[in-house]
Amino acid sequence: MDDLNSPDCTPHSEVRTAAEQAARTSYGRLLALLAASTRDILLAEDALADAFEQAMRSWPVSGIPANPEGWLLSVARNRQRDVLRSAARRTSDPLEAGETVPAPDLSSIDPDAIPDKRLELLFACAHPAIAADIRTPLMLHTVFGFEARAIAEAFRIPPATMAQRLVRAKRRIRATGIPFALPTRADMPERLGFVLEAIYGTYTIDWESLPREASLASESLFLAVTVAALRETEPESWGLAALIALSSARAPARFVEGGFVPFGEQDPSLWDVGLIREGEAYLRRAHSLGQPLGRFQLEAAIQSVHCDRLRTGTTDRDALLRLYRALVAVAPTEGAKAALAAVESGN
Amino acid sequence: MRYTILLHYPELMAQGELDQAAIERGQAAFNRYASDLDAAGVLLSAEVLQPSTATTTVRAVDGDFRIQDGPFADTKEKLGGIFVIEASDLDAALGWAKQAPSVEWGPVEVRPSGIHFENGAWTT
Repeated sequence: MDDLNSPDCTPHSEVRTAAEQAARTSYGRLLALLAASTRDILLAEDALADAFEQAMRSWPVSGIPANPEGWLLSVARNRQRDVLRSAARRTSDPLEAGETVPAPDLSSIDPDAIPDKRLELLFACAHPAIAADIRTPLMLHTVFGFEARAIAEAFRIPPATMAQRLVRAKRRIRATGIPFALPTRADMPERLGFVLEAIYGTYTIDWESLPREASLASESLFLAVTVAALRETEPESWGLAALIALSSARAPARFVEGGFVPFGEQDPSLWDVGLIREGEAYLRRAHSLGQPLGRFQLEAAIQSVHCDRLRTGTTDRDALLRLYRALVAVAPTEGAKAALAAVESGN
Repeated sequence: MRYTILLHYPELMAQGELDQAAIERGQAAFNRYASDLDAAGVLLSAEVLQPSTATTTVRAVDGDFRIQDGPFADTKEKLGGIFVIEASDLDAALGWAKQAPSVEWGPVEVRPSGIHFENGAWTT
């Protein structure tokens, strides 16, 4: 494999940065690929951790590879195959999974050709055979690579409890044979709802306690759009994509000099105009499908009203009232009721 | 993967609560189900059990065996049948479970096999 850098010595800090960069941008992609063939997330995690460790050892000497992601994938696949082979020797019966993992060829890896199996991983995490309350944490953990500790903090439960529940869910995926696959056409409507709920969960939890909020918002948006494109005629999928886009658009104005700035006091000039346009386009797409307004579309429409302040300079309170009343009718959550009460009292 | 589909349903037939036509409809449905599984090449074995009133239990108590009738657990649904199938994954197994005729009358449990005995040896 050709290396971009001098093979003699790459500074350790540079190696760490490259490895961390690869971990941040491709953790979920690599994990999804590794786990898809075996359905064993725990094994894939171990293999990936080994690969990162090996990178920290060998990259300072051999240089950072031209394609760090492909390098990590190959090393992790080797590791995974070794573990499966030794397990197969122990039980005398060859494990099916061990045979299906192909030998990696480092020279032929094209980063653009590495398939994205995150969507399949998402459907596995949000499978109805997995307890509903662990689906979002499991998704955050596997697709986004958050540590159990950080997720526990966001969900306000003890770290040991969260870690245990995550391990149990991962074991259950393997034990019950939950597929890493897109559901059949017949199963799709129900399964899609679970996936949307789980993606929505990443948006509603307390992000202040989690690091790297910005990159996660764009990842959530990417997943929502990918899910929406998968089933183009499902308005709620586009509604969720619109909701995340419009909400993230205001992120730059939400924290100024370390302090939280509420809706009404935000400086609209800090909002991301590109994301607002993107969100509005998704929302129009959802509305054009002409079905009764679901929860995500309504929440996105509420975001849209707020974003409109950038254009008009004021907030249309009547529109907000109508939308919040509709939202409370469709999804009477505590948050929605509190928000409605706030808008009503503000009038 | 190998899955066992466990059918639980109320034992109405045993108490003469169903007329002959209803019994025949049920039998025909089970016949169709087994034939469909067989034709798809996934059926490994199928058992429809006699009512739980025909159960006899053996228990080891203080180094001795105790044999008794029952158990007659006070639950509405009882284990009534078992289908062992080979399916690629849980979704495929659930697909078959949904087609079990008894799903109209009671819960259908889907459980993967850990290990099974075949040709004189335990195999995974």
